[in-house]
Amino acid sequence: MIEQAPQRERRDHDGWPLWEVFIRPRRGLAHVHAGSVHAPDAVMALRNARDVYTRRGEGVSIWVVPSRHIVASSPDEKDPFFDPAADKVYRHPTFYVLPKEVRQM
Amino acid sequence: MSETDAALLARFEATIAADERIEPRDWMPDAYRATLIRQIAQHAHSEIIGMQPEANWITRAPSLLRKAILLAKVQDEAGHGLYLYAAAETLGVDRAELFELLHTRKQKYSSIFNYPTLTWADVGAIGWLVDGAAITNQVPLCRCSYGPYARAMIRICKEESFHQRQGFDILYRLSHGTPAQHEMAQDAVNRWWWPTLMMFGPPDDQSPHTAQSMAWGIKRFTNDELRQKFIDMIVPQAEVLGLTLPDPQLRWNPERGHYDHGPIDWSEFYRVINGGGPCNEQRLRHRIEAYTEGAWVREAAAAYAAKHAGTAAA
Repeated sequence: MIEQAPQRERRDHDGWPLWEVFIRPRRGLAHVHAGSVHAPDAVMALRNARDVYTRRGEGVSIWVVPSRHIVASSPDEKDPFFDPAADKVYRHPTFYVLPKEVRQM
Repeated sequence: MSETDAALLARFEATIAADERIEPRDWMPDAYRATLIRQIAQHAHSEIIGMQPEANWITRAPSLLRKAILLAKVQDEAGHGLYLYAAAETLGVDRAELFELLHTRKQKYSSIFNYPTLTWADVGAIGWLVDGAAITNQVPLCRCSYGPYARAMIRICKEESFHQRQGFDILYRLSHGTPAQHEMAQDAVNRWWWPTLMMFGPPDDQSPHTAQSMAWGIKRFTNDELRQKFIDMIVPQAEVLGLTLPDPQLRWNPERGHYDHGPIDWSEFYRVINGGGPCNEQRLRHRIEAYTEGAWVREAAAAYAAKHAGTAAA
């Protein structure tokens, strides 16, 4: 979701920066990345995002974030950054073998 | 190639082989990046230029409802262009650069939009045939190996089916209306049929990039396969419309399980794509004028934003 980040600091020829758009499809769900828009300021970014990404009621709430403000991890899934998660198998319930007498836990 | 490059290439190819998606910050071969930029940009340009032939009829649509529908459709085309420019920008190009390449004729758009919309029935034919062909092309692109392009295509395909149905609806009403209306519908179909078949690109034996694009998972079917799929879908619909398709050799082939069709005039395709179509000059001139004449709006918005910087989150 945050893979398209730090190098995206550019502005187009008119000086309109790039904004990442996140949309909450309906109440109870989180905002999800939808794409990006160019806009001169936050208000216009919201309006552009509404016109571009929610023409058919795809959202009840929009976040726009200047693309340059997104900080991203390395995109490489095999990166050592994620190693600590891989070697702690005891975090998963299936690591523990239950005695047969326990039917359910 | 250094050892690191070989390892990166191996990882890239393994991702493609596993039918996983390549994402913007992944390493990718330069040629893969260049192919995608060219294809996505051409696709985006087609959406933006494609607004013109239809916008031509907004003020003359036969009812308020038809006008509202056509406005919504043309707005969708603008939206599709923007999804695609956004996808292209994840590859490291700037939208303004792509505009520049379009305006200086260094990048192309689909040659179908170099034909004129002479009557209201043309709006129907564009929706039914041109958008129908676009959908046939685009559905497999939803599984394209490049993530942002595939995600943009999913949105676009959802919206295109409204486009095709509204076109079919226009033609159906005309075809079942007065004899003059029927004739108008038939005339539009006669003019759009062959250019629509050309939208799928040259035949497989004359399409040098197909093999590489398929190996990279950008393309899933060849031009001829997609063209056949489209014809097989459209012939029964034409029967429901009560309209004929202008190809005397078009007939069902039970052995192949497909419709056979007559030869396509590829000299016309190359003539139009290289600037010799009826509307090439007009389309590009209009696009450049709209962009140039809109400059003051973009400048004013930027000036306003600069003046208020700090008071809003920017």
